This record gives sequence, C-alpha cells and structure tokens, in this order.
Amino acid sequence: MEDDAPVIYGLEFQARALTPQTAETDAIRFLVGTQSLKYDNQIHIIDFDDENNIINKNVLLHQAGEIWHISASPADRGVLATCYNRTCCCLDSFVALGKSAAQLLTALATSSDSKVLTCAAVWRMPKELESGSHESPDDSSSTAQTLELLCHLDNTAHSNMACVVWEPMGDGKKIISLADNHILLWDLQESSSQAVLASSASLEGKGQLKFTSGRWSPHHNCTQVATANDTTLRGWDTRSMSQIYCIESAHGQLVRDLDFNPNKQYYLASCGDDCKVKFWDTRNVTEPVKTLEEHSHWVWNVRYNHSHDQLVLTGSSDSRVILSNMVSISSEPFGHLVDDDDISDQEDHRSEEKSKEPLQDNVIATYEEHEDSVYAVDWSSADPWLFASLSYDGRLVINRVPRALKYHILL
Amino acid sequence: MAPGSASSPSPSFPASRPWAAVGAMAAAAAAGPSPGSGPGDSPEGPEGEAPERRRKAHGMLKLYYGLSEGEAAGRPAGPDPLDPTDLNGAHFDPEVYLDKLRRECPLAQLMDSETDMVRQIRALDSDMQTLVYENYNKFISATDTIRKMKNDFRKMEDEMDRLATNMAVITDFSARISATLQDRHERITKLAGVHALLRKLQFLFELPSRLTKCVELGAYGQAVRYQGRAQAVLQQYQHLPSFRAIQDDCQVITARLAQQLRQRFREGGSGAPEQAECVELLLALGEPAEELCEEFLAHARGRLEEELRSLEAELGPSPPAPDVLEFTDHGGSGFVGGLCQVAAAYQELFAAQGPAGAERLAAFARELGSRYFALVERRLAQEQGGGDNSLLVRALDRFHRRLRAPGALLAAAGLAEAATEIVERVARERLGHHLQGLRTAFLGCLTDVRQALAAPRVAGKEGPGLAELLANVASSILSHIKASLAAVHLFTAKEVSFSNKPYFRGEFCSQGVREGLIVGFIRSMCQTAQSFCDSPGEKGGATPPALLLLLSRLCLDYETATISYILTLTDEQFLVQDQFPVTPVSTLCAEARETARRLLTHYVKVQGLVISQMLRKSVETRDWLSTLEPRNVRAVMKRVVEDTTAIDVQVGLLYEEGVRKAQSSDSSKRTFSVYSSSRQQGRYAPSYTPSAPMDTNLLSNIQKLFSERIDVFSPVEFNKVSVLTGIIKISLKTLLECVRLRTFGRFGLQQVQVDCHFLQLYLWRFVADEELVHLLLDEVVASAALRCPDPVPMEPSVVEVICERG
Repeated sequence: MEDDAPVIYGLEFQARALTPQTAETDAIRFLVGTQSLKYDNQIHIIDFDDENNIINKNVLLHQAGEIWHISASPADRGVLATCYNRTCCCLDSFVALGKSAAQLLTALATSSDSKVLTCAAVWRMPKELESGSHESPDDSSSTAQTLELLCHLDNTAHSNMACVVWEPMGDGKKIISLADNHILLWDLQESSSQAVLASSASLEGKGQLKFTSGRWSPHHNCTQVATANDTTLRGWDTRSMSQIYCIESAHGQLVRDLDFNPNKQYYLASCGDDCKVKFWDTRNVTEPVKTLEEHSHWVWNVRYNHSHDQLVLTGSSDSRVILSNMVSISSEPFGHLVDDDDISDQEDHRSEEKSKEPLQDNVIATYEEHEDSVYAVDWSSADPWLFASLSYDGRLVINRVPRALKYHILL
Repeated sequence: MAPGSASSPSPSFPASRPWAAVGAMAAAAAAGPSPGSGPGDSPEGPEGEAPERRRKAHGMLKLYYGLSEGEAAGRPAGPDPLDPTDLNGAHFDPEVYLDKLRRECPLAQLMDSETDMVRQIRALDSDMQTLVYENYNKFISATDTIRKMKNDFRKMEDEMDRLATNMAVITDFSARISATLQDRHERITKLAGVHALLRKLQFLFELPSRLTKCVELGAYGQAVRYQGRAQAVLQQYQHLPSFRAIQDDCQVITARLAQQLRQRFREGGSGAPEQAECVELLLALGEPAEELCEEFLAHARGRLEEELRSLEAELGPSPPAPDVLEFTDHGGSGFVGGLCQVAAAYQELFAAQGPAGAERLAAFARELGSRYFALVERRLAQEQGGGDNSLLVRALDRFHRRLRAPGALLAAAGLAEAATEIVERVARERLGHHLQGLRTAFLGCLTDVRQALAAPRVAGKEGPGLAELLANVASSILSHIKASLAAVHLFTAKEVSFSNKPYFRGEFCSQGVREGLIVGFIRSMCQTAQSFCDSPGEKGGATPPALLLLLSRLCLDYETATISYILTLTDEQFLVQDQFPVTPVSTLCAEARETARRLLTHYVKVQGLVISQMLRKSVETRDWLSTLEPRNVRAVMKRVVEDTTAIDVQVGLLYEEGVRKAQSSDSSKRTFSVYSSSRQQGRYAPSYTPSAPMDTNLLSNIQKLFSERIDVFSPVEFNKVSVLTGIIKISLKTLLECVRLRTFGRFGLQQVQVDCHFLQLYLWRFVADEELVHLLLDEVVASAALRCPDPVPMEPSVVEVICERG
C-alpha cells in the first residue's frame, strides 16, 4: 500500500537526538538535533503531512554546540531542552599541566578547543514555528532562525549532562537532568527563564559512575524516575530523591535506554549492549518478565507506544528498527476490550471473536531503511500509528504501523 | 518288409509282432482299402495322440487273441495304423503296398524285398508252429490234473458224513451227564457263599480289637483302611443289635484314632510329608475337608512365616547383610521351596475341593508371596546403590528361576508374573542408576577440566593442552558409556532365565537402554552444555571460555562420529527389534550440532566481550582532545592483538583452520593504502573544505550502498577463521561505536589512525575476509575524523614507521 511506504528525510549532518513535539497533539511533528563539530548545529522541526505524505521542515540554529539529547516540553509547544557539547578554550588545563610553551603554542594553533563540556539548556523556538509554518522548505532553510535561550540548567559542579527529561504530565515546570552520577531536579520559574535546583541526589559507589539514560514515570502522580547506569537500573522517588528500587545486572552489558509502559504502572522496558530488550516488573527485580533478542548489535533505544502499549519500538546499531508486538505483557493481553455502548452489536460480536484468538508476542516488522546505526526512535505524539527513527548519517525515516495490525488492534 | 520302408518301426520284430502284422493284414483286407490315405498321411490330429497310442496297444493285443476283429479294425491304432503300406498296421492293404513297391522301387530292390519277405514269412511260420506245440502240451497236463481232483473230492465227502454222525452221539451223552450232576452243583455254590459271609462276619467281629491293635501299634494307615472297609456294612446292618455294638465300638476307636491323628497333625513337629499323610488319613475317616484344609494351610503358613522371619532377620540393619545372591538363595530354597511343597501336597490332598479349594490356595500363596516379594524388594533396594551388576543379575536370575516352579503349580496366584514385574522394576531402576552415574561422570569430567584450566600455569611448562583435555573427556565418557552398556547387557544374557521375557527382549532394549540410557544421556549432556550458554556466562563469565570451546568441540565430535558409533554399538549389543519408535541418529546429531553451535557462538560472544570491554575502556577513559602527538601504538591495541593471538592459538587447538577468501600476498601493504592514499583522498578530503558539508555523508553513504551489511553478532561456523572473524567483528564494531561518542583533537585522530593501522597490520590474518577488517577500521577512522573539529591526518609513512616500531 502506498500509504505504508516509509518517508525518508535526509539531514546534512550527523544526528543522534530525536523527539516528538510532545505538547502538540494535532500535527505530526518531530524535532531533530544535529551533531557537527565544524558547523553551526541545527534543530530541524519536521512536520509530516499525513494526508499528502509530504515532509515540511524548518531549521533553527543551535549555535551552542552539537546536540546529544533533545526533549520537548509536555506543556508548551515552543519550549524544548537540549543537552549539548560546549567547546571551550581552556588554557588553564595546559598551564596546570605545566606544558612547555612550544607545546602550548602548537596546541593553540591546532585546536582552539581542548575540553568538551556537555551542558543542558532550555530554549524557546520562535512563535511562528511553534505550530509549524507551512512555507516551502526552501524558504525556511534559507532563513534559518535562532533559538531563544530561556535558561541554562547549569551548575558548575555538574558537567556532562547525559539527558534531560520533563515531567510527563505536568505544566512544564519540572525537569530532571542527569549529569555524571548526579540526578538533578529543577524548577523552572518565571516562564521558564530561570531554573532553580530544587533537589538532587547522587549515586555513590566504586569507580566512576555515570548515568546513561533516564525516564520519568507517568504513573504515581509523576513521582518516580528511573535511571540507567552501567548495567544497573534504578528507580527514584522525586519527592525524597531516594532510591526506591534497583535492578542490578539488568543487562549483561551497558544499559542504553529505558521506557515506562504508559498503561501499566509497574512495567518498564530496557535495552542495552547485550542486544537484548528486557521487560521488567519493578515489583520483582530479580527476573525480567520477558526478554527479546532480535537485534544483532547494541540496542540504543526502546519506546512504548503511547496508547497501545503492546507496540514496542527498538532501534539498534545494527541499522535496524524493529517493531514488536508484546501482547502478552501489555495492558490489553486479550485484545482491545470493547466496553463502549455506542458500538453496535455486530461489531461487538466481531470484536469478541477477535479477542478469543490466542495472541502471541512476535516481531511485527523489521525496518531496514537505515544504512548506519540507529540511535533514536520515537513515536509521534499526535498519531499513535506513526513513528520516526534517526540514524547517525542523518537519515530520518517516518514509518507507520502496518494497517492490518492497526485494524486488528482497533477492532 | 524292406529296410527302406518308411513305416517299418524297427528291423527286428519281437515274437508277437508278425502275428499282429498278419492279423492286421486280414483286418485291412476285410475293411477294404481306405481311399486317399497315402504313406505318412495321418488322418488323426496330433491332439489325439496319447490315447491313440494306448488304443493301438490294446488293438494289437486284441488282434493277437483274435477278439472282436471288426471293432479293432474299426479303430485306428496309432499314427500310422491306417497306413495301408504298413505291414504291421491294421489297415494294411496288400494292393496298395504292392502298387507302392512296384511304383517306387527298382527291380533289384523289388527282388531283395521279395526274398526278404519270403524269409520272414518262413520264420514266422516256424515260430507259429513252435508256439502251437507248447500250448498244446500245457492243455494236456491241465486236463489230467482236473481229473485227479475230481476223484479226491469224492473220497472226502464220505468221511465228512461219518464225522457228523459221531458228533451227534457225543452231544447226546454230554446232555445226559449234565442232568445227573445238576443239584449237587447247586449245593456246593450255596456252601461257598455261606463261607464267604462267615468270613466277613468274623472280620466284623474282630474289627474293634484289630483297630485297637492298629492304633496301639501306630499303624494308622492300616486302621483307616479297615474302618473304611467295614463302614458301609455296619451302616447297613445297624438295626441288628450285635452289629450295632460292633459299630459303636468301632466308632469309639475311630474317634480315638482321629483324635490321635489330629494330635499328631497339630503338633506339626514332623515334616510336611507326614502332615500330608495325616491329612490324607483324616480325610479318609471322613473328617470335614473344609476344616482340614484351613488347618493344613494354617500350619503351612506357620512354617513359611518362620522362613520369612529368618529372611527378615537377615535384612535387619544390625547384622551385616549377606550379599544379595546368598539372600535370594536362602529365600529361594527356604520359602519358595516350602511353598512348592505345600502347594503340591495341597493339590494332591484337596483335589476334590474343586475351584474353591484352588482359589483358597492361590489366595494363600498370593498373600505369603507378596510378603516375600516385599522382603526381596527391600533387599534389592539396598543393592541399588551398589556397583556390581553381575551379582545382582545372578541373584535376580536365581530369584526368578525359583519362582517359576510354584508359578506352574499356582498359576492363579500370579507369582511368576509378580516376580517378573519385580525383576523388570529392578532393571528399570538399574537403568536409572546408570543414567545418573553417567551424568555424574560427565559432570565430574567437566569439573576436572575446569580445575585443569584454572590451575595456575607453571612458568615454562604448559598445562595439559586443550586437545589433550578434550581427548581425556571424550575417552572417559565413552568408557563410562561402554561400562554401563556392559553392565546392563547382563540383564539380557541368554543364560539368564528372565532374558526371554517380552519386556527384556523388546522394551528393555529399545526404550530402556537405547532411549532411556543412551539417548537420555546424550540429551542431558547437550542440555548441561547448553546451560553454560544461558545463565552465568552473561554475568561475568563464570564459565571459562576454554571450557565452552572444549564442550563445543566435544558436541561437534559427537555429532560427526560418536553418537552414531554409540548407537550402533547399542543396537548391536541389544538387537533392538520391536515396534517402539526410537529416536533416529539424525535427530540426536542435529541436537548435538545445535548445542555445539550455540556453545561456539557463546564463546565468540564472551571472548568478543572481553576484547570490546578493553577497547571501550581505552576509548572512554582517555581525553582525546588534549592528547599528545602519537609516538607509539597504544598498549591496549598491543594487548588486543596479543589476546586475539592467544584466542587464535586456543581455537586452533580444537578447530580446523577453515576457509578464507583469496588474499593478496602483501596484505599489510594493501591495507595501508586504505588509510593513506587513494581512498582516503576520496573520503576525507572533502571534509576539509568548508564549502561542501554534504559530501562526506554523500560519499560515505554511497560507499555503504556498495558494501554489505555486517551482522555483528551472527552465528559462527565450526572453524577457527569463522570464530576469530566473529570475535574481531564484535570488537571492532564496539570500537566504532565508542569512537563516535567522543570528540577528538588532531592528535587524538592521529592516534586513532595509528591504532587502527596497527590493528590492520595484525588482525587481517585471523579473519575469513580481510575486506571486513578494512571496512570496519575504515569506518572507525572515518568516524574519528568526523568527530574531530580539526582533522589533519598523519602522514601515512609516519603511521607506518610508528606501527613498525611499536
């Protein structure tokens, strides 16, 4: 079917950061952050016209540095947060190291930046781009606009921000950022122009502990956050900033990403360098509920569909995106439960028949449009049947859930 | 009759033939010449030949005797009987013959045949004369004999008449004598009857005293016989007072006798045969059989229970239990022998009881038998742990053999079946025991290997090589299997009494030994091996990789040879010959192969992980921006190469080399060009020119379009090259991903360049397709260049020099 064909969009630079515009519920819009050391980095606002299968893009300059992580505010369409590399000229490091003057000179001559700091900041995009302007792509690329800086999530003590997550249901005032072994909770005040560190916690232990990823649970009044460091998954209570659960050795190797089941409060999925995707019940941390091993290299990203949690999306550095149907551990293990009165008897009947069929976990589709490692996948916030994946070479692919499955789930 | 005549059957005639010829001529003459029948022209079809020939013979005989000439002539005899030219034929026609002769023969031959004919006719005439004379003489002598016989018969008739009259006289006399002796004879008969009666009466009158005497003497048998003889008479005449007295006396004595017998019977001290005698006598005395039956069995029970008790005492925990053979011997001779005697005596004594009696005996035997079996099973259970199968089998054989005798006597009790069942159960348990033993042996082997692997290597002296360890494990397992097979084979030995039971011929061999023991063991071996892949390996490699490698090779060896060898051995030894479905060799082989594959893949993952961790740490922990100009290859790269070489050696001990793609002779040189000259220009040059930011991607994308997708964690094949390729793929992909997460200074990039070139120099020789290494390392360097704000690559010659020096 023509509609099912993937739509491909190419960026000029390498890219790792992808997020849907969370606050937008009507238009299908993704934000992509690029990584380039030599040129000004950009944030591409990608509008997907579902009906005409056309992509419209708007480019914003992000001059602060290359973007490692991006996340959009759940409340305000125009607000987003990025983690970016700030390149600074730190002569003091050379001086402190006591290098000779000649070396210093060559260092100055050859590289202006000798230290990389990963920082995080909250930005606002220009008003007219918030809801997507449907100008022709050529125009928008020629007149690249700049983001307006709202505030830095900066703290001199904590560098190397790994990621920034917004409180999922809130008013866009709370943000958690992960920096090295610290977990920092920020309050945005004065229409996000000022960030105040509300509380923080840090992970103590042997060696250099470093968070790789984190997610904010949409359950429990948004008081739980889960983080990943090395092979361990941890749950935190944001009120007391204390650890509530810990899954040691969740994966054989580094855990790359995790995600909460949007409908089942204790379920979360994680993925990592052991090529596996594991599903956990946080009440029982000794054994995963389910393990998938479909990828042939590290799995970088795992995402639950926002409304149908049996659909799980994973992206891996084997350049594949895999869509799995995890019915047995979803909130609808017997298919969609029809309880609406307005559905006619006939349909009711049909759906009952459907629900009787044994549903099995399986891989729905493997998408091989990418040529390079896929570092980010995410579902659209507007259309639950649509998702985007981004590979390192800057290729963004927008795909849909196969129609047959969609109707199977809906009916 | 010329020799040239076609119809002449033979030149010389038997005596009768000429006559036939003559007769035939006459007949032919009478019948007239048959028209149209020429020489050799037979009117008869060939189908009538056999009966015709017979008829011909008959015809000739008839002709000879001159009987019914017309009839004989009317029937054609033989293929040429109608041939009018046949001299001996029935239809000989002189005219035709003469015509034929005249027509066909020249004069000389005619003359010859004429003389010949004349000569023959003359000879025939003389023969005829001789015969006539001979027959004439015989007729004369026969007439004489008949005449003599006539005279003799007349004489005999006279004598017979005289004999008849004499006999009549004798009969007369005899009748008269009988009449005179009649009444005297009657008197004698009567007297004899009285005499017999008197003797009987005397016996009766003497009976009480005789009985008493018998009882006193202990001749109970005699007494019982007397009593038996008198009983009926006394019963009949009891209305007479005298007889009544005798009867009363007798009854008293008999009662006493019965009492004594019972006494003796109850004392029971005497053996079974005497008891049997007592019971027999009591039965003869008309004691109630039912009661006796009960009592008899009760006594027997007492004795048998004693046997059982003594058996149980042997079982007891305190005295050192005798070996199982002695035990079954004891039980066989004591209990089973006793039971046999009882059963035999019972059947003899109480045969009259009918099916109810047999049923009682069967119940009795069943009950005691089950207790005996319980004891035997307890004893056998003690034996389960032991290793000596031959003793056990011999004991079971004795046990089973002994129980076949009562089995025949007491088919209803089902003792033999129960015994067979016990033997089967023991055999099954034995199989289970051996399977367990094999598993333990396998685990033991693994532990040994682990220890050997973990043992610290003495400097200068290598421990036992992997190949040697593998050989040790394989041979030790095989010898265990063989030992187990030999042990269970005892159960099916010909001389063992139960070996021809259907269970041991069929199910035991196929389901028990082949499926349960051998197949079960191989399966459990595979499972044990696979379990190393699953749980612990992930969390830090509790299993040494060498063990994985060794197990994988072991399974592969099993797949290629050992399984089929073992199964053939089993099939030969046990002649599996029933209809139970058995696991085919191919299924087992497939399982073993799958296990080997999983183990090897896991080995690759584990080893790959070790190297990737090393690479990851080295990339993550370094500050690539402020690094100095590279002077050396980093130590970690040397370490990687060293480890890879070590793995190569390790794998090479167990696996074959494998196939690699054809390669040029100077690989390292060619490798070098990848980074330095032509391709590098194509790939990296555009990224220095700020005007074309797209080109890098474009070019690298185009490049990728033409290179195949690399499956990093892909299953491996069973050879060294494939294993090493897998490990290197995993390691280099890790390097690539790690490099992409970092930012490099100019010297950082150059360091990566040096490192990659170093890897290139040493790693290509390990992999199947060196292009793969090029490709991955290319990508590493390309990524590093992209992650470098100031990419100034090092001069290729300098890279080369550094690498050669390092």
